[in-house]
Amino acid sequence: MSFTEVIMIVPGFPTISILLWFVILSVVLYLARIPAHRALFTASNILHHGLRMAANSVRMAEKNVVERNKEVLLSAGREATERMIEREFERIGDAVHTDLAAYPALQREVSEGITRIEEDYKESSEVPPSPPGWAKAVETVAKIPSSGDSMVANILGEINKSLNKAQSKVLSEYRQSCKQRHKLLGGMLPHWRKLLHVMSNMDKNISGLLDRSKAIDRHMDEHEQIIKGTDRAAQMLASSSMTQFFIATFVLAIAIGGSTINFHLIARPMQEMVGGSSYLLGFKTANVAAMVIIFVEMAMGLFLMESLRITRLFPVISALDDKKRIYMVWITFAMLFALASIEASLAYMRDILSQDDAALIASLVSQKGEAGVVLGNRWITTAAQMGMGFILPFALTFVAIPLESFVHSLRTVLGILVAGLLKITSFILRLIGNLFKHTGTALVQVYDLLIFAPLWIEKTARTREKKHRKNDVFQTGSHGTEASLVGGES
Amino acid sequence: MKHQYQHVAWAGMILLALLSGCSSKPVPHTRGVYMLMDTSGTYANELEKAQRIINYTLGKLNPGDSFAVARVDTGSFSEKDIIEKMTFDDRPSMANQQKRQFREKIDDFVKHVKSSSYTDITGGILQGIEFLNEKNPGKKTILIFSDLKEELKKGYKRDIPLQLNGFEVVALNVTKLRTDNINPREYMDRVEQWRKRVKAGGGDWRVINDLERMEGIL
Repeated sequence: MSFTEVIMIVPGFPTISILLWFVILSVVLYLARIPAHRALFTASNILHHGLRMAANSVRMAEKNVVERNKEVLLSAGREATERMIEREFERIGDAVHTDLAAYPALQREVSEGITRIEEDYKESSEVPPSPPGWAKAVETVAKIPSSGDSMVANILGEINKSLNKAQSKVLSEYRQSCKQRHKLLGGMLPHWRKLLHVMSNMDKNISGLLDRSKAIDRHMDEHEQIIKGTDRAAQMLASSSMTQFFIATFVLAIAIGGSTINFHLIARPMQEMVGGSSYLLGFKTANVAAMVIIFVEMAMGLFLMESLRITRLFPVISALDDKKRIYMVWITFAMLFALASIEASLAYMRDILSQDDAALIASLVSQKGEAGVVLGNRWITTAAQMGMGFILPFALTFVAIPLESFVHSLRTVLGILVAGLLKITSFILRLIGNLFKHTGTALVQVYDLLIFAPLWIEKTARTREKKHRKNDVFQTGSHGTEASLVGGES
Repeated sequence: MKHQYQHVAWAGMILLALLSGCSSKPVPHTRGVYMLMDTSGTYANELEKAQRIINYTLGKLNPGDSFAVARVDTGSFSEKDIIEKMTFDDRPSMANQQKRQFREKIDDFVKHVKSSSYTDITGGILQGIEFLNEKNPGKKTILIFSDLKEELKKGYKRDIPLQLNGFEVVALNVTKLRTDNINPREYMDRVEQWRKRVKAGGGDWRVINDLERMEGIL
């Protein structure tokens, strides 16, 4: 018996059967209406509340991640500003040590200069010798009227002559003295200049110190903001961290490019050392060896940068005492130098192998003996390859700096990403929860739509009943009024 | 303490995984090529082309690969018919030296070759299978430079099924004989018969007649 036959209540009349089924189902659904509504509401509420709870949990997690991010950022920022302040103080210390350590000598130099100038000034200020004492007596005698006496005239003439002579002598002495004074004043000029130079140097040093102190003030302000944990400080640090991340990623991509070139430079000649047909975990041993050399170079570069305190990825190295640290600098540098030399020789080997390959292929293609063609400018490529082989390991050393930035900023970027993901998840969960809630209401409406006929009947019946009740109440009321009226009259 | 044990357990598991990865049988990455050169009849005049193919193959092979060139004559199932065989050194510079020696040996052979009366291709293939199985490279290729017309001397038994699992057989420069021109079906049947034989042995079969495009050989 097929399904169609089963549902066919009146065989041969599908429309009637469908109608009958509709009536039966309507009745059944109408009877189950209240529990069905409850079930739908309960299910939608369970889902809604469940998802809402999940959304709240995710939001809490997001909040925790954001707080953790802020902590990480502030901690990193605090460390960075502390480093900068430390560095500024070191610079100030250096400046004080180098410039102001010579301050006593400088002061002595200045005071000596001043003394010399003072002495010169004093010397230059001395007045010329006064005219002789008898000049006044002569002047008095000269005022005596001559009254025509030739002897007196002679005496006066002599006196006049002596006076003129004395005057010219005094004038000459005065000029000499002026000349001497000018000479002394001229001699003061280099002392003044020296003094000016010394003072300007001092001014420059003091200005430098003032600039540094301003920078320290700025860093201290930032540090204070970070210590307070203000949102502004966190935002600034986050934006700076993102910038750092992108810049570091870009520089690391360049470094990867450099490493790839380095790899190709040494992979083929490595076959001469470790063989060209052996494989290690599915990779050519020569390639693995080349990669290992590059990684060792990078590690040495990292240690070198760490020992020089340019980066701070390994606290153990930073914490070493200066003597050991310097040893480490030299050891890592020596190893890097050795590896760079090896790379340069491998690059040379590569060039020889390339030439050999080219000669062989040429002879195989031409089916003649090897012509032994030697290009005149071949040495340029050889030198370039060797140079690259030597320089690239040292260049890769500087990867440590962007790597440090990358590692530090990655924490923040990952944190921001996770927080973003959690936020989106929370939103989606809330959205789905609300959708379930409204779906429950919608399903109840659809349910009622399916049983519209019994509901309509129910409504009509209820309206009638209400009408009847109203009529009954009205009638009862009117009867009661009439009765009371009658009672009143009686 | 508990954490320490956890770390030890993790380390052990990683080590086990690594060891299990390493202990699996290593797959050789080398290539083995065995080339048969038909020296019978007029086909001996085609050997200059074979030389080109050999030179091309030498250029393509890497350190660690094996290469052998053998002539096809009356009875080819013999080491004596191998003109030159070599497994190239691991070091590229040495491998290049070996390739030069190989080429010189082939040049010398081509100069002094004498054509044979019969063509025992099956014997040559059997010898090639033996050689390559012995070398056990990662990829095995048999190149047949011949018109594929087998002519056996009376008494030679060659109805032996070929065991060509993992082998690639490439027929090169399959020239048309005068009779093929009269009845092309003969040529088609000949090629088809060899294809069926190789396929039945579990090998792959290819025909390359355009020697201007040799990159498809290996």
